[in-house]
Amino acid sequence: MSVTVQQQDFDAGAEMAALRKNNPKVGAVASFIGVVRDMNDGDSVADMTLEHYPGMTEKALEDIEAQAKTRWDIFDTRIIHRIGTLKPTDQIVMVVVSGAHRGEAFAACEFIMDYLKTAAPFWKKESTSQGARWVDARVSDDAAMARWKVGNK
Amino acid sequence: MINLKYFASLKEELGVTHEAIALPAASANVLSVVQTLQARGGKWQDHLVSDGKLKFAVNHVMVNVDAPVRDGDEVAFFPPVTGG
Repeated sequence: MSVTVQQQDFDAGAEMAALRKNNPKVGAVASFIGVVRDMNDGDSVADMTLEHYPGMTEKALEDIEAQAKTRWDIFDTRIIHRIGTLKPTDQIVMVVVSGAHRGEAFAACEFIMDYLKTAAPFWKKESTSQGARWVDARVSDDAAMARWKVGNK
Repeated sequence: MINLKYFASLKEELGVTHEAIALPAASANVLSVVQTLQARGGKWQDHLVSDGKLKFAVNHVMVNVDAPVRDGDEVAFFPPVTGG
């Protein structure tokens, strides 16, 4: 289990390979990559800047990984989240989960992303054709999290 | 003393990133800290509103308004998160 918050880009292939390396019990590696889009709420987005809460962010992400590990029979997890200014097509976040079988790996990967969306202290400010604005939290993200029925949310 | 931190849109609206204030009461909680700040009036009253869009963390853990706050704690205020 590991977590990295960084400004620089990451190599998705290398991250996925790392989770099966030296573990012949791995039968599945599930992953998700979040990417900057060039549109949001009807306006074109030139770039976005991600702010976070140093110290809390890492702790929150590690807690999410620990909860995924408790809930599903998986081997390892990796979360990388970028901060700073990013442009459309840039990678923002990556979650990788390894396990023996795909069902548990897929579910844990989705759980981590849904949880991260509602509990990890990151905030996006986008530069659009209408000016700079903070991105509003989506009700659909809360709904996505609610279906996992985590007690403390 | 307790250390306060503000993030994202809230930080911009208040014009403050962090500050240290005295613990409002011996048995303080997040709500009493919020009320102390709201008593400053103006932008503090306008933006520190418990309308469900204001989130709190004490010592790096997200909490509700009834969470206790003790001397030396770090209390953070921020809008709903939008990462990922």
